[in-house]
Amino acid sequence: MRRLRRLWEKLIEGAIRVSGVAAIVFVALILGFLLKDALPVLRTTTLGELLVGHEWRPTATEPQFGFLPLILGSLLVTVGALAIAIPLSVACATFLAEVAPRGVRDLVKPVVELLAAIPSVVFGFVGLVVIGTALQKAAVSTSEAVPGPEWLKAALNMPTGMAAITGALMLALMTLPTIVTISEDALAAVPRSYREGSLALGATRWQTIVGVTLPAAKSGIIAAVMLGIGRAVGETMTVLMVTGNAPVIPSLTSGLFRPVRTMTATIAAEMGETAHQTPHYHALFMLGALLLLTTFAVNTAADVVMRRGKHVERR
Amino acid sequence: MCHAHREFGRVVVAAIPMVLVAILLIAGCPQKPQESTPPAQPTTGPGATGAGPAKAAPPGGATVIQAKGSDTLLQVAQALAEEYQTQHPELEMSVTGGGSGTGFQALIEGTTDIADASRKIKDEETQAAKAKGIEPVEHLVGYDGIAVIVNKANPLKQITIEQLSDLFVGQTKDWRALGGTGEVVLVSRDSTSGTYEYFREHVIQKGDKDSPRDFAASAVMAPSTTQIRDQVAQTKTAIGYIGLGYLDDTVKAVPIVDKAGKAVLPSIATVRDGTYPISRPLFMYTKQGVAPALQAYLDWIVGPEGQRIVEQEGFVPLTK
Repeated sequence: MRRLRRLWEKLIEGAIRVSGVAAIVFVALILGFLLKDALPVLRTTTLGELLVGHEWRPTATEPQFGFLPLILGSLLVTVGALAIAIPLSVACATFLAEVAPRGVRDLVKPVVELLAAIPSVVFGFVGLVVIGTALQKAAVSTSEAVPGPEWLKAALNMPTGMAAITGALMLALMTLPTIVTISEDALAAVPRSYREGSLALGATRWQTIVGVTLPAAKSGIIAAVMLGIGRAVGETMTVLMVTGNAPVIPSLTSGLFRPVRTMTATIAAEMGETAHQTPHYHALFMLGALLLLTTFAVNTAADVVMRRGKHVERR
Repeated sequence: MCHAHREFGRVVVAAIPMVLVAILLIAGCPQKPQESTPPAQPTTGPGATGAGPAKAAPPGGATVIQAKGSDTLLQVAQALAEEYQTQHPELEMSVTGGGSGTGFQALIEGTTDIADASRKIKDEETQAAKAKGIEPVEHLVGYDGIAVIVNKANPLKQITIEQLSDLFVGQTKDWRALGGTGEVVLVSRDSTSGTYEYFREHVIQKGDKDSPRDFAASAVMAPSTTQIRDQVAQTKTAIGYIGLGYLDDTVKAVPIVDKAGKAVLPSIATVRDGTYPISRPLFMYTKQGVAPALQAYLDWIVGPEGQRIVEQEGFVPLTK
């Protein structure tokens, strides 16, 4: 009887091990397949030329495969999204973990998590139809009303609602639940003794939150932000619908209010029609490999930060 | 329990996913073009290459006719498919968009029976098809005008092809040059679209395929034609181009000045008699040697019933 039980346990343990190893194998395979079809692009151009090239014109008479407008587009939209999302989510997480009474918390937390369940195409649709037009109207009236130099007026003006800032706004909404959930868990994991010690020393609740709890949860919050970055960089459908897909290098003054094109939208829009094994095809795969490596790097960094945080706490 | 057992166990456990993956890889490797289950009747068509016709299930199942490609043709292809299906319930019709380029790719890869196209097939695409043993056959199914649209608040009364070309390559950045105000916002389709290709060749490049002129990088690339129309309707300084079938009264169509100097509005009449300068043929491409079911569908499309639907959807039917 005992031998049977032992065998059964071994079997289950084996099955779980297999799943774990399989996950690694799948990721390695995906990277392998990507690189297999991406590396041939280096036959016709160098990696440097790809990364710094200013023009993305894959279907022109003389095709040009410059990634720079796409990389900068993704960067602009992601940074914009984080600039909006980070203060909002950390504040929300702090509210949920430290300030909200039990009833409010039990209501707000599931609703925030619901945001994560909304399909990205819905965000794209709402962004295009509602947010884009509203932003455009607001920008036009602001640019007309604001006194000042011409360049400022031109910078604030939004000729079309399909712009980087619309994408950034929708992406902020999409990364909000990710950052809130993980930050809130990080804050809740701060030992009670920290808070009690601070309060015992005479600090107010706010001073405790800002001076003790938040710094103690810092590594978890940073990890949450990095996962949010990963989500924002990889988002495709929403940015495809709302950013306008114009492969321009965003200008320093007005780039946020003008159309841009992200790496993800480029792959989604062009992969369907590209003949296999052409330079365009390989360039798109290289773009995909770049994306994958970026998300890898961000996720690994998040992991390192989280682990370092746990190590510190053990003291 | 000695260590040898444990080590062996570990090796086995690590090997299992490798083996599974290897099996998947071998199964997924590209093989010779598969022959689908042959239909009950022999394939028709001269010089049939014998490659798979419309996918036919064994007797008793439904025959599937799959069409993929042009967004311009999407609505009319769907309307045609729906009507034909009600008349022939033993068939299963499926229509998807994605752009003419996507349709040609699917035809080359063998994942569609019909490639809807709002442009002619390119040389590279023909070569790629032949390399896979497919001989693409062109079927003309109608004509389409490309309407240049602006916002209803735009005072523009007419425009020449030269002015359009200068606008869309980004040379003319402001509406002041054409009697309006504001920064020009160009709204285009993305590069999978046949409409995009046609517009680039015949308007931007003014008919010269080797011209280096191309869309301005700042042109907004909308993933669908309805989005172009909606954007132009919402944005005062926008200009875009859509197929005639998508034209409605939320936007203003700009008359194009033809070679004689006369400004012509796009309509079924002006496309049919050739007076509207930006019009193009619409095609459905198939392999050579199709099943009788598919051939019957193609014949029906160019017949009076199919052409009536083409006209209903806002396109120009083939002259009788």
